[in-house]
Amino acid sequence: MTGAARPLAAFPVFAQLPEAELELISGTARTVRFAARQRLFSEGQPARGCWLIEDGRVALDMAVPGRGQVVLQTLGPGDVLGWSWLVPPYRWHYGATSVLPTTATELDTEQLRALAEQDPRFGYTLVLTLFEAVLQRLQATRARLLDLYGSPDDQR
Amino acid sequence: MTSADTVTVAAEPMLPVPYRVTSRTAETRDSVTLHLEPAGQPLPPFQPGQFAMLAVPAIGEVAISVSGGPEYQDGALVHTIRAVGKVSRALCDAPVGTVLGARGPFGTTWDLPSAAGRDVVVVAGGVGLAPLRPVMLGVLAGRGGYRRVLLVAGARTPAEFLFHRELDAWSARADTEVELTVDRPAAGWDGPVGFVTEPLARLPLDPERTTAFVCGPEPMMRFSAQVLLRKGIPAEDIRLSLERNMQCGIGLCGHCQLGPILVCRDGPVVGYTLAEPLLTIREL
Amino acid sequence: MHSAGLATVTAPDAAGAVTFGREGLDRLVEVLIADGYQVIGPTVRDSAIVLDRLDSAAGLPAGWGVDTGPGYYRLRQREDAAVFANSAGPQSWKQFLHPPRRQLWSAGADGEFRPAEPVSPRYAFLGVRGCDLAAIGILGRVLGRGAHPDGSFTRARQGLFVVAVNCTEPGGVCFCASMGTGPAAGPGYDLALTEQIGASGHWFVAEAGSEEGARILAEIPCRPASAEEAGSARADVDAAALRMGREMPAVDLRALIQDSMDSPHWEEVAGRCLTCANCTMVCPTCFCTTTEDVSDLTGEHAGRWQRWASCFEPDFSYMHGGSVRQSGASRYRQWFSHKLGTWHDQFGSSGCVGCGRCIAWCPVGIDITAEAARLAELAQQAQEEHE
Repeated sequence: MTGAARPLAAFPVFAQLPEAELELISGTARTVRFAARQRLFSEGQPARGCWLIEDGRVALDMAVPGRGQVVLQTLGPGDVLGWSWLVPPYRWHYGATSVLPTTATELDTEQLRALAEQDPRFGYTLVLTLFEAVLQRLQATRARLLDLYGSPDDQR
Repeated sequence: MTSADTVTVAAEPMLPVPYRVTSRTAETRDSVTLHLEPAGQPLPPFQPGQFAMLAVPAIGEVAISVSGGPEYQDGALVHTIRAVGKVSRALCDAPVGTVLGARGPFGTTWDLPSAAGRDVVVVAGGVGLAPLRPVMLGVLAGRGGYRRVLLVAGARTPAEFLFHRELDAWSARADTEVELTVDRPAAGWDGPVGFVTEPLARLPLDPERTTAFVCGPEPMMRFSAQVLLRKGIPAEDIRLSLERNMQCGIGLCGHCQLGPILVCRDGPVVGYTLAEPLLTIREL
Repeated sequence: MHSAGLATVTAPDAAGAVTFGREGLDRLVEVLIADGYQVIGPTVRDSAIVLDRLDSAAGLPAGWGVDTGPGYYRLRQREDAAVFANSAGPQSWKQFLHPPRRQLWSAGADGEFRPAEPVSPRYAFLGVRGCDLAAIGILGRVLGRGAHPDGSFTRARQGLFVVAVNCTEPGGVCFCASMGTGPAAGPGYDLALTEQIGASGHWFVAEAGSEEGARILAEIPCRPASAEEAGSARADVDAAALRMGREMPAVDLRALIQDSMDSPHWEEVAGRCLTCANCTMVCPTCFCTTTEDVSDLTGEHAGRWQRWASCFEPDFSYMHGGSVRQSGASRYRQWFSHKLGTWHDQFGSSGCVGCGRCIAWCPVGIDITAEAARLAELAQQAQEEHE
């Protein structure tokens, strides 16, 4: 996989962001690559880093006693991975493992947090942008909770 | 008393014609695909999106969309049924050789020809893949007539996908983009895990030349349509297949009303422009 | 009413009107029966005026009137012997054209589906008011048109002979005038009668509305009506239009309902409505049906029947696992919004003819005209708040 890093504005999550903010965030960005089946982070570890997936697939997982490593969700091109860095206790709530060889834009979240503290207006914009992505993720998760494909017997 | 009775009443539309089960394939733990052939007079050809009223004598009758492709135009019927009630259970249990009653074709079609030359996006949730199978088969039978062909199908678990073998075959095609996703993974599943709207949201689509065909539980269709609208696809290019209680299938019993429309007559396939305001009214 | 397109029904004019006395009515029934019609007309039974087969005009409710109100219907003796001076009873003519129960088909062990034998006598309806005549026309648009018309209904209506009655004595719950269906009977009858009773005696002004009507009328001893007589009949009917028990608000109901689907009013009505379905049973245009499958003990002989259904039934909208319309509010809203609103979208007219039956036979006295007025009021308030 070669080629220039995908510009930030190309990611749906940042599509509406003004130029100035995009510049600031780009300053913290670098391209990273993961082989298949590579663990990106584990539950409980200090939360550092935010990844915008360019291609490949990453699974969010958790160890459940008796069930092993359970996959909760997979993320793909355009998705944001990781936001526990934004709020205390700044630790990962889940683990993440690449399923396929994956390329992503990694943001330096320590820098992002510092920038946000210096410039609250930027911070507000950054948080709202990420909030929208979280909201969509939450809605999709709730849709799964509805168990819409279940049969009437399952609903009783 | 006038003698010239010019009102010719067509053959009683509530009378089924006998159809025999010629093959039976279990798709999942609660879904079966039946191939039916006329035991007498064949019914007229069914278009993708249309449905038949299938009767199990002494038990009842239900509306089931056709799930077969263009090759079944000689009077034969293909239906994929999920056992959710006493009639559908009886249909799923019907052994080869059983004589059922069939009426149809009823309802509006997916109108595949109107998508000629455009990108075709098929979004299926659960057993919603069954009424969409004729769209896939129709498009692939005339593949050159369409631009991109994309299928996004969601199921509860990997074991609950309908048409496993066909999904594998379509996934293997170079000229078709297939994304299968599950709500809950199982051991050995390496594919996407997430609601069907998630891979759908990731697809780069051209709003100027995309026609979307969506089928599944109503909330899933609404969520999927919202994702498509966010991507700029106009509402009139998004088609859903609706479902309501049907007793007659021919606009006479009143059960399938959804506000101003009768789903059996003005649907089941409707454009999202018409459907959107209706689906947001609670208990309509 | 003969099949559309066969007999042009022209608006009657005074020139064609005739008169006959009370005995002419007896003769009319005799002629119809002799001609092979099964005459159905009003008759007193079970403390109400019901519709039943008549062997002679003696069965008509002479001297009976009715008092009606929300949840209220009582017979009362009149001082005269008027036959048609009573408003709608609990039944409508739909039970003869669209029976409460009929078999659709039977199936034997051989896998053959056999249609049930149609059993449709040639009916002559005697005493069809404007509201009910309009209702028959509306049922015709629902059941008789489209890609798959109801054969049983179409056959029953094909040979139908209608003797309409122009109303001179509207009831307490009537509102045909504001629905445009009365008190004069609209086109679609074979004969129309206006009853006249008083100092001048007991007689009828009659007009033919079709060739068949004229043919039957020719068998009854009568004489041309004078301008005065025809004028007096017309005046009585016109006066009746001003004595309606109530009226539907003069607003665009279809648009009002479309904008009121989320109104809090539905919950309010639900606090009163028992979802008993009386209104749908007595309504002359409600047409919903449900199918039922039966078999003998061997399971080898099966049959399918059709019976009247109501959108108030909890299972009416049942779909794998549950009903779409579970709350009483949603079911009342369905009936109301369909009758006055989406009926226009589905069948090209209103579904309501203003007969008032739903008001009289509602056990809690819900008044469809009052509910419509309340919705209009709420919409008006909401608009004022906006401005």
